Amino acid sequence: MESHNHPSFIEPYQGAATGVGGILRDIFTMGARPIASLNSLRFGGFDHPRTPYLLSGVVAGIGGYGNCVGVPTVGGELLFDECYNANILVNAFTLGIAEKKHIFKGVAKGIGNPLIYVGAKTGRDGIHGATMASEAFSEESEKRRPTVQVGDPFTEKLLLEACLELMKGDCLVGIQDMGAAGLTSSAAEMAARGGTGVELDLSRIPLRERGMTPYEMLLSESQERMLLVAKKGREGEIRRIFEKWDLDAVVVGKVTRDRMFRAFFDGAEVARIPVAALTTDAPVYNRPAERPPGQDELQRLDLEKVEEPKDLGSTLKLLLESPSIACKEWVYRQYDHFVRSNTVVAPGADAAVIRIKGTEKGLALTVDGNGRYCYLDPYVGGILVVAEAARNLACVGARPLGLTDCLNFGSPERADVMWQFSQVVQGMRDGCVALGIPVVSGNVSFYNETDGVPIYPTPTVGMVGLLPKVARHVTPWFKSPGDVVALLGRNREELGGSEYLKVIHRMVKGTPPWIDLKLERAVQQSCLKAIDRGLLRSAHDISEGGLGVALAECCMGGPEKPLGARIELREMMRGDARLFGESQSRIIVSLREKDLNRLREIAAKEGAPLQVLGEVGGSHLAVHPLVRVAVEELKSVWSSGLEKRLK
Amino acid sequence: MRWGVIVFPGSCDEQDVYDCLKRNLGQRPEFLWHKDRLKGKFDCIVLPGGFSYGDYLRCGAMARFSPIMQGVVEFAGKGGLVLGICNGFQILCEAGLLPGALVRNSSLQFVCRQVFLRVEETDSPFTCSGKKGQLLRMPVKHGEGCYYADPAVLERLRKNRQILVRYADSKGRSSPAANPNGSLDHIAGICNEARNVFGLMPHPEDAGEKTLGSEDGLKIFSSVVAACDKKEKKAWLG
Repeated sequence: MESHNHPSFIEPYQGAATGVGGILRDIFTMGARPIASLNSLRFGGFDHPRTPYLLSGVVAGIGGYGNCVGVPTVGGELLFDECYNANILVNAFTLGIAEKKHIFKGVAKGIGNPLIYVGAKTGRDGIHGATMASEAFSEESEKRRPTVQVGDPFTEKLLLEACLELMKGDCLVGIQDMGAAGLTSSAAEMAARGGTGVELDLSRIPLRERGMTPYEMLLSESQERMLLVAKKGREGEIRRIFEKWDLDAVVVGKVTRDRMFRAFFDGAEVARIPVAALTTDAPVYNRPAERPPGQDELQRLDLEKVEEPKDLGSTLKLLLESPSIACKEWVYRQYDHFVRSNTVVAPGADAAVIRIKGTEKGLALTVDGNGRYCYLDPYVGGILVVAEAARNLACVGARPLGLTDCLNFGSPERADVMWQFSQVVQGMRDGCVALGIPVVSGNVSFYNETDGVPIYPTPTVGMVGLLPKVARHVTPWFKSPGDVVALLGRNREELGGSEYLKVIHRMVKGTPPWIDLKLERAVQQSCLKAIDRGLLRSAHDISEGGLGVALAECCMGGPEKPLGARIELREMMRGDARLFGESQSRIIVSLREKDLNRLREIAAKEGAPLQVLGEVGGSHLAVHPLVRVAVEELKSVWSSGLEKRLK
Repeated sequence: MRWGVIVFPGSCDEQDVYDCLKRNLGQRPEFLWHKDRLKGKFDCIVLPGGFSYGDYLRCGAMARFSPIMQGVVEFAGKGGLVLGICNGFQILCEAGLLPGALVRNSSLQFVCRQVFLRVEETDSPFTCSGKKGQLLRMPVKHGEGCYYADPAVLERLRKNRQILVRYADSKGRSSPAANPNGSLDHIAGICNEARNVFGLMPHPEDAGEKTLGSEDGLKIFSSVVAACDKKEKKAWLG
């Protein structure tokens, strides 16, 4: 997972496109063929004049790059909040499959082995890109446009095919993408991992423009370039493969024993520094962290002062058409989600599902995050993001294999932001430990703030799960009239940090929903076991917008004809909390009546509460005694919510 | 029968076509590299989807100059079957094997979604296993799929019954809402006058299995198999 937040705000199309390009290279540089991408996006409010422009540009950029490279974008998430007005988040996730025996690393080994530059030529774009991405924004940001790189997905596609072809043979020692800080960081990092040094002859770098200085060559962040270390004497084989794909492959240096990073230009030494100084000896910061004094006030929520709407049906419609909850088809129809013909569950479900060709297995993928929860309580927010991602996987029938993350925060030089950061990381760790999910990689993006105002602390999580039999997968949508609708989990009176409070009452207050990780585990296990045994016809996680929104999505969110439902809610609590509270560890399932007892047994064994809510049927979503609205009406506001704001 | 699937630089769907033919229809396709000359005997050559040469300049404009294309034009001239899907359709138009052009979608955006195709004609090697009016569900995914031709060409396409498939809704009716890209006359695919070259924007290779949501795409490929097996191919050459 990789962030491209700063560049995407300055130049949305190229910023987002090169974010996708970067994460794709990170995957195939390891010898894995990228098989699916997702993205997690945050934009400001729609009353901000820049939001529609940024959203359109970012979506077009992600599609423009990913589609052209032939990697399907199978899912994602997109939320809007004023805190992202001047700092949008563009987090790109890609999954690849490699053979265990054929995994490649960015390592420079074997004294005298050649360093080979492959891919696109070097230009002056992206110089100081990494530095720009590590500064807070101010009015000066507009001037930063030249630091954003320009993507060429066609070259990336050629580079991808050429690298994978090369990796079938045995002439490669190490390989690394030239990402942030370009040639300098890739060469230095590879040497550090190999315990070696490198010597570069900059006169040999393929250039796009004349007159570039050694400094510019070393720091250019031109895209679609890789640095290889090959076995000595095998240069010809490598050159032949790259020639086939019309790409440059030039020996630009060699691996040395002295653990120094050296660069020469026209015979003169222009840089000489110990590799360790650029890598392992970099300073480790231990910055002060402190809970801000305003946090207590933020968490105080007096529900008696929150007036309950008289017409909860209208409230439901307002929520469904609010941009964070509304249908995201306008976005994902611009992404090719079918290429490679593996997509079993396309965007729009709790998690995407792809099959693994030639096996019965499938993989489920999801990206999740909720900055508002983390703002109100970063520790609990950190747990919730992990729990929700795992729950989304459980809803399609997949057990988590691992997670990666993208931690988006304000300036770490502020004690309050450092406190948020450390709390979130602790929360995520505790969530992962309790649910047994390994964290396999990650990315951190600091300085997401403008004129001294940071974004909400926003960790996003990409999680991948395995389905032993992909044919067994389940989708969120109701399937046939007469099916029983039931709730795994428990409704509590919780409105703190909810989408409802934010959209309807314009309040961001309270504590995020409470979570008991034992209960969470029980609910997920019940859902998974029921899916294993083929009992469930649908399963849908309850998240932003609560039970009301989730039920509406079950009725009309799918590709097939909408179905109504007759539901009865027995809990004694305020109507708005019953419908729109965001209590965790809840999954709405539907099943045939004859299977209900078997589901009861599973839930009892796992220790998960199970409550029958009603049945599928009719043309209305009727939640007695609170709401009765025609499903067609819900669908029409939900489907048009995002698009109408973009016109 | 012998299938050749051309790989251009920037092709994305060649593996999908290959797998669909092999896994779902038991065929033995072969990849053909664009820099090579067309050698050997083939019954059907497929130009797959993707972004040949990055779609730079104009979709398909550069791929038509790939060395292999000369052989494809000759092969088509001798009555060999040529199927162009998406970018392949664009290349066939640029190469002059099919009339008209594919221009930017009327929405000005890339569009990826499931559509229905209505089979309009069954007297072609690409639709002979279908029924007239039959609906086939498969995805489109393109930025430049709006078929355009001048009125005279359109008239000729209609008169010669070269419009093999049109966009429709689930009930079989054509309408602007069912047309994903604004194509003239809801055209999704056309063949040449000799009926041995067919181009279509939707992707039959991505609709080859129930698991993936539809197996209607197999109709197109199995028509070709049937046409070749029965040696009825000549009938289409008129």
